[in-house]
Amino acid sequence: MAAPIKNKVKTSFTLRGVEFKNRVFVASGTFGYGDEVRTLVDVSRLGGIFTKSLSWKPRAGNPPQRIVETASGMLNSIGLANIGVHTFIEQKLPYLRALDTRIIANIAASSLQEYCDILGLLEEQEGIAAYEINVSCPNVKEGGLNFGTDCSMTGKITASLRKLTHKALIIKLTPNVTHISEFARAVEAEGADAVSVINTLIGMAIDIKTRKPKLSTVTGGLSGPAIKPVALAKVYEVAKSVKIPIFGIGGIASAEDAIEFLLAGATAVQVGTMNFVDPAISVKIADGLATYAREHGISDMGTLVGALDADLKFSVLQSWL
Amino acid sequence: MSGMVQQLCKVQSCDEVAAKTFLLRFTSSEISASAQPGQFVNVLAAETGEGPLLRRPFSIARVDDNIVELLFHAIGTGTILLSRKRPGETIDVLGPLGQSFHVDADYGTALIVAGGIGVAPFPFLTADLLKRGKRIETFVGYRNAGQILTSYLQNIHIATDDSSKGFHGNVVQLFEPFLDRTDLGKAKIFACGPTVMLKALTELAKRKNICCEVSLEGHMACGVGLCQGCPVERTGDGAKYALVCKDGPIFLTTDIIL
Repeated sequence: MAAPIKNKVKTSFTLRGVEFKNRVFVASGTFGYGDEVRTLVDVSRLGGIFTKSLSWKPRAGNPPQRIVETASGMLNSIGLANIGVHTFIEQKLPYLRALDTRIIANIAASSLQEYCDILGLLEEQEGIAAYEINVSCPNVKEGGLNFGTDCSMTGKITASLRKLTHKALIIKLTPNVTHISEFARAVEAEGADAVSVINTLIGMAIDIKTRKPKLSTVTGGLSGPAIKPVALAKVYEVAKSVKIPIFGIGGIASAEDAIEFLLAGATAVQVGTMNFVDPAISVKIADGLATYAREHGISDMGTLVGALDADLKFSVLQSWL
Repeated sequence: MSGMVQQLCKVQSCDEVAAKTFLLRFTSSEISASAQPGQFVNVLAAETGEGPLLRRPFSIARVDDNIVELLFHAIGTGTILLSRKRPGETIDVLGPLGQSFHVDADYGTALIVAGGIGVAPFPFLTADLLKRGKRIETFVGYRNAGQILTSYLQNIHIATDDSSKGFHGNVVQLFEPFLDRTDLGKAKIFACGPTVMLKALTELAKRKNICCEVSLEGHMACGVGLCQGCPVERTGDGAKYALVCKDGPIFLTTDIIL
């Protein structure tokens, strides 16, 4: 008997004319520059790699402790430690460019001008498919207030960068605001092609023996499975408010988690903290998504996007049965 | 990091060998073949949701044919979970990771100084040094006699904080007079232990002009440089921080600021 023919599942999607072969990506700051774990992960299976945040000059980052494990998650205070955009172009981009996956450059800056300078320099390079803008950085000119918690500033950054590139512009939104959907609408209005939802939540941990904070910066960013329900709700909120695609991020640890994000309205997902636990987890999630699709007779993963069944009566009834 | 693998490894045994101190032996022909003294593994004791989220880093204590040994204190959720592993169960191991001790340098006597569970990397190092025909003197300091671990070490000098065995005091207090009264020729110090001990040794090595390499511990998530979570301050120009996981855990004391 002939082996059953495997249903071919369409896993790709297109953003601003660029095709991404899979809806699973690795998140910025959780996969280095792609070369650290090259022997463990087949990145050609992924939609792409979001690079570590790039600033104009190298950044040393914060003093230790930078990491604390918390219940089902971790707090980090890395301080955007990175080699700077020039060294990135010289030393990392040639390697990344040769990989059989898309490279999305993540940009972090402490002034509007710096965002523009970095993107401008990257525009001259080959091999970058899109940009993700990290707005969760202190705005030095405005007294260190976070860009990403100022809606008009977030819109202004988007508008300025939009003028500089024809490539996809993805704005990574912070959840540390009252209504994330307002920020999503603002960047959509200024020409963003997509949003990444969410960056880390502000959190804190204290050593009760020394009465000192466990992180050198007192507070840090909470990530990992602990934040998944929050992230899912933010994706759902944003999906109802804008038409542009959403990259769902927040504690994704399995294909089931990724499917939840797609159903809530994410076009694609980024795997973050779990890369630290299992460097190959993103590929396992991509495999799991394909298996789910085949088992459920889904020919295009895109049909899952926003396919949440919000008929509450039915859900409540089912959970009671 | 050539030779790094991520694999499910079978536990051969896990026994309490001193107070709250466990020796876990697991099989891995890949890790045992490529590991060098001073390198570490990052271990996940339980599946996601059934234990701590992150891996725990452990020095490789010894390699015996295709078996890798870890020595650790069971003091937190992750290490306690690991200490309960029974033969036949599996652990998820990523390794070998990091840089190894530089054993081939120009010296005749290796001075090993360990504080508490800081003894962990030294059985492996000792085996290597013996092969190279180095003279070895080992100084170990513990809180009390119940914690003492000396297996596979050579020419052992013991200090305990409570005087229950050997010298009464800390290991650096035991070590310094030995340096003064012994003709060692060209020596090199290999050390691992609490930061306060490593600081004292750094100072001593500088004063005596002896090369000193230390194995550091760091809070880290990934163990391979992805998370940038384990910085240690560097001396000199260039980057302000090195990463314990990738640039270390072995450092020359002249290269870092503790």
